[in-house]
Amino acid sequence: MAGVATSLAKQAGREGAGTPRVIRNPLWVRITFLTVALLFVAGFLVLPLAAVFAEALRKGAGAYFHSFADPDVHSAIRLTLLTAAIAVPANLVFGVAAAWCIAKFDFGGKSLLITLIDLPFAVSPVISGLIYMLIFGLQGWLGPYLGAGDHPWLGSWINAHDIKVMFAVPGIVLATIFVTFPFVARELIPLMQSQGNDEEYAALTLGASGWQTFWRVTLPNIKWGLFYGVILCNARAMGEFGAVSVVSGKIRGETTTMPLHVEILYNENNSVAAFAVASLLALLALLTLALKTFIEWRHAESRAG
Amino acid sequence: MPLALSKRSVLPGFGLSLGFTLAYLGLIVLIPLSAAFLKAAGMSWSDFVAAVASPRVLAAYRVTFGISLLAALVNAFFGGIVAWVLVRYSFPGRRLVDALVDLPFALPTAVAGIALCALYARNGWVGHWLDPLWAGGIHRLSVWVPWIDWSGWLGTKIAYDRPGIFLALTFIGLPFVVRTLQPVLAELEPELEEAAATLGANRWQTMTRVIFPELLPALITGFALAFARAIGEYGSVVFIAGNQPRHSEITPLLIITKLEQYDYRGATAIAVVMLVASFLLLLLINLLQKWSRRYYRL
Repeated sequence: MAGVATSLAKQAGREGAGTPRVIRNPLWVRITFLTVALLFVAGFLVLPLAAVFAEALRKGAGAYFHSFADPDVHSAIRLTLLTAAIAVPANLVFGVAAAWCIAKFDFGGKSLLITLIDLPFAVSPVISGLIYMLIFGLQGWLGPYLGAGDHPWLGSWINAHDIKVMFAVPGIVLATIFVTFPFVARELIPLMQSQGNDEEYAALTLGASGWQTFWRVTLPNIKWGLFYGVILCNARAMGEFGAVSVVSGKIRGETTTMPLHVEILYNENNSVAAFAVASLLALLALLTLALKTFIEWRHAESRAG
Repeated sequence: MPLALSKRSVLPGFGLSLGFTLAYLGLIVLIPLSAAFLKAAGMSWSDFVAAVASPRVLAAYRVTFGISLLAALVNAFFGGIVAWVLVRYSFPGRRLVDALVDLPFALPTAVAGIALCALYARNGWVGHWLDPLWAGGIHRLSVWVPWIDWSGWLGTKIAYDRPGIFLALTFIGLPFVVRTLQPVLAELEPELEEAAATLGANRWQTMTRVIFPELLPALITGFALAFARAIGEYGSVVFIAGNQPRHSEITPLLIITKLEQYDYRGATAIAVVMLVASFLLLLLINLLQKWSRRYYRL
């Protein structure tokens, strides 16, 4: 649901904010509103962010950097990067394909399809993990074929290749793909719908092939929207907790992503190390916000110019 | 044949892109989701009811839905003020505050959870002075407003208790209200307020009778989005909730607890109840958005 509110199309409407208006509230009302708003933002957003870094550095920079010497932290970082490196491109390709057929063609059931694409945002992260357990877990549909090996040929093939889905990396990747599923598609669909088909028609008329039209005409037009969707998708993929927590099994150094490792360290009362790993995730969040603001600014500028 | 549904178009790639979209959607989203419903359908009715309506589960629904409602209401109020200030006032740092509003979307929930714990625990920055204030305040409230049942809140701490759940759910819900209201506020015609002033309305009347009704559909939509997000939230809540059964245990945690006990059926039954609730909310939000779009076009 994040994208509903933050889509580029709506962003454009916000430009011109802060322009002087003829009618204003009395000064004391304005000051009260501003104070309440800033206190709320400071208390609910700035303080928690500051707390992450303060707790991470509580025992000094030495203890902070020492937290990253732990090989389990390295493997958590590697697993998080690997998960995002699979989930983000998968949903990127899906997002482009979905936006292409929805925005460029007319067919029945389109609004149903858009609703179904948004579905993962309405599902609790815990339930996102659970549904994969129901398919790949030991009591699940495919579970008996994975691990138990009692299926005449499938089971032995899977055993021979040592394939595990639950409590292993494939389950973590699948759950992450599920929770980040709509991000790219929902940024691209309204953007491509607003752009129409005229430029593509012109390219085809001038003799370009379908792929040439896509790479040279469509892609340059949607590149900022694409980038926008990708960074939001990536932030969620690297930060997802609930869904991966169900499917990971939390085997230290093997199936713990960074957020799961934060939980393990925190529950071991290793506060400095937990907040040190958390600080990396907080930096990622700040980088995401900075890039997002930059894209909105670029987009508004390209519309104005 | 999906192609038969399409109006003739010279653009290529319809079959390929739609086929891929449907296959990927089916494999990643629809088949796994239907697994939950099929698993629940395999239970007998009495087993299902026993799983979704035991006292512990009912208490978890009450905590989840009740506190989510409270957090969404608080967000509707303060988020409304934040959106108003961001759109209407210019002040130094406005762009920074605007960018920060999305922090709850970008910050991993587990990080938010432990950060809130560090702040609101009894020895935390905020907790060490807010905790005694809270205990005294809630006691006084129970004396002044005796017709409300305060028993669930009397004697609570802030962190590792119900108030902590409220704080976490308020944190994650804030952007929904602000981001839904901002574009609507920005498009509000200044002529509307000028007309109201010309017709003799004072500023208070203009705010409550002209501007507020204009914003109401968007405000309700933002409220519903924040509420929908809150009922499924797990990561930011579980650290600060205290997780006492029948008092501060949220439904998503109960699902995980059942899974850890290998009670897949019990976990799935509760999940199906939550999924139905989420889908009904999604439907309501879609209707709200249609309503507000029609409303603003007039």
